[in-house]
Amino acid sequence: MTQQFYVSPEQMMKDRADFARKGIARGRSVVVISCHDGIALVAENPSPSLHKIGEIYDKIAFAAVGKYNEFESLRQAGVRYADVRGYSYDREDVTARGLASVYAQSLGAVFTAEQKPFEVELAVAEVGPSPEEDHLYRLTFDGSIADENGFIVMGGQADKVSEAVAAGWQGALDFAGAIRLALAGLVADKETTTLPPSAVEVAVLDRGSLGSRGTRRAFRRLEDADITALLAEEN
Amino acid sequence: MQETTANQVAANATSSFTEHLQRQRPDLLPFGQLPFGQLPFGQLPSGQQFPAGNPASPLQAPHGTTIVALTYAGGVLMAGDRRATMGNVIASRHIEKVFPADQYSVLGIAGTAGIALDITRLFQVELEHYEKIEGTLLSLDGKANRLGAMVRSNLPMAMQGLAVVPLFAGFDRPAGLGRLFSYDVTGGRYEEQEHHTVGSGSMFARGALKKLWRPNLPERDAVSVAVEALYDAADDDSATGGPDPVRQLWPVVYTVNRSGAVRVPERELAAMAGAIIESRAVAQREA
Repeated sequence: MTQQFYVSPEQMMKDRADFARKGIARGRSVVVISCHDGIALVAENPSPSLHKIGEIYDKIAFAAVGKYNEFESLRQAGVRYADVRGYSYDREDVTARGLASVYAQSLGAVFTAEQKPFEVELAVAEVGPSPEEDHLYRLTFDGSIADENGFIVMGGQADKVSEAVAAGWQGALDFAGAIRLALAGLVADKETTTLPPSAVEVAVLDRGSLGSRGTRRAFRRLEDADITALLAEEN
Repeated sequence: MQETTANQVAANATSSFTEHLQRQRPDLLPFGQLPFGQLPFGQLPSGQQFPAGNPASPLQAPHGTTIVALTYAGGVLMAGDRRATMGNVIASRHIEKVFPADQYSVLGIAGTAGIALDITRLFQVELEHYEKIEGTLLSLDGKANRLGAMVRSNLPMAMQGLAVVPLFAGFDRPAGLGRLFSYDVTGGRYEEQEHHTVGSGSMFARGALKKLWRPNLPERDAVSVAVEALYDAADDDSATGGPDPVRQLWPVVYTVNRSGAVRVPERELAAMAGAIIESRAVAQREA
């Protein structure tokens, strides 16, 4: 029988956390901003089909950084959780808080029990009737959960990006303003001063989707042309 | 070891909400707990028998009645009356039997109302679930096939007298036209041309449509034709409700075209139904 070396729990958790942090730091950043029109989700992502941002339910969206296969499985699990819940109770009974708590539990379980922790960081956003009723949850690889106010920045150079976004953030921003701010934040750690629409992935949770588009599904993905048109509006 | 893990992941990857429920929460399915294809004849999926289990004492449950659907220039529309019956009693005057399935398709359901409404809800979630997981819409034929599979799953219930017969219509975006599908209780799927009807008043509505429908109807005329066909069905079928000016109840009508499925507003339907009633009254004929 082989004898395992003793590793103290503190050391083991620290090693796992360092491992996960390293994996996440390699990725590009994602910015989620709550504003007057709703919630804007902006990710630096050159792929038009491998998404970092996704729709979970009527008012709920998902954004992630890290390993694609890991956050994609979490996204699909979230869609299944939300759809089963909405089908067995009612559509109104699906909340970001419930979803975030399930994510926190699964991330926490993986962090302690599995061979390796998930190298991901997630944001779960729910748009409410007014900006004060928006919910933004940040979930990290070890299952910790934080209820954020105004905006979330995740990924590689989160500190620099976060500084830039914090400097320009205000509750009265419209979608164009919020997306412009997010794009300005995303270039904070680069030499270039602008990102082309093809290098980013943008989606919004539209606060007034029922009135303006006649659908209760607030999530809308913006194509490159939509982004260009939106940013050109007030320029 | 690695291969079995990979096989497991592949086998568990499903974009279907119904399949997910069958594996994880079979109790939530409207048609019991069996996977598609398994049919315990003469027995309910949960194992219990219906009272006596013979046709002499059919279970009393509200039934939805007439649905009409027709193609027009640039799309397809579906309309349903507002009545549900239970034997000779009117169970509901307000029931709605035509629903948007997703952005580009609608379905109408005749038969046992309770099961029909649950199958509708399941079908709506099924399409939305696929769209969210895959990031793209299911093809119109794919949607029609999924609905057929659901109707077939309900066959054990149908054999106990609780049949559900849907009518499905949608806009086929690649082909650029509206298409119609009807079903039988075994899940058989049939594409229909021009127009189709289901439910107890369907014979009379179909007779009316044969005279009223013509190719390339403008949208507004097509809505009026559907309302008139339902009027004729209500005239001869006691289980179909006509337009009700007293309670201000009008049929539910959805149009589906390139820009999506839209419900026709009540006030337009009120005006059309009013015009039809007036023209019949002016004609001063028996029918």
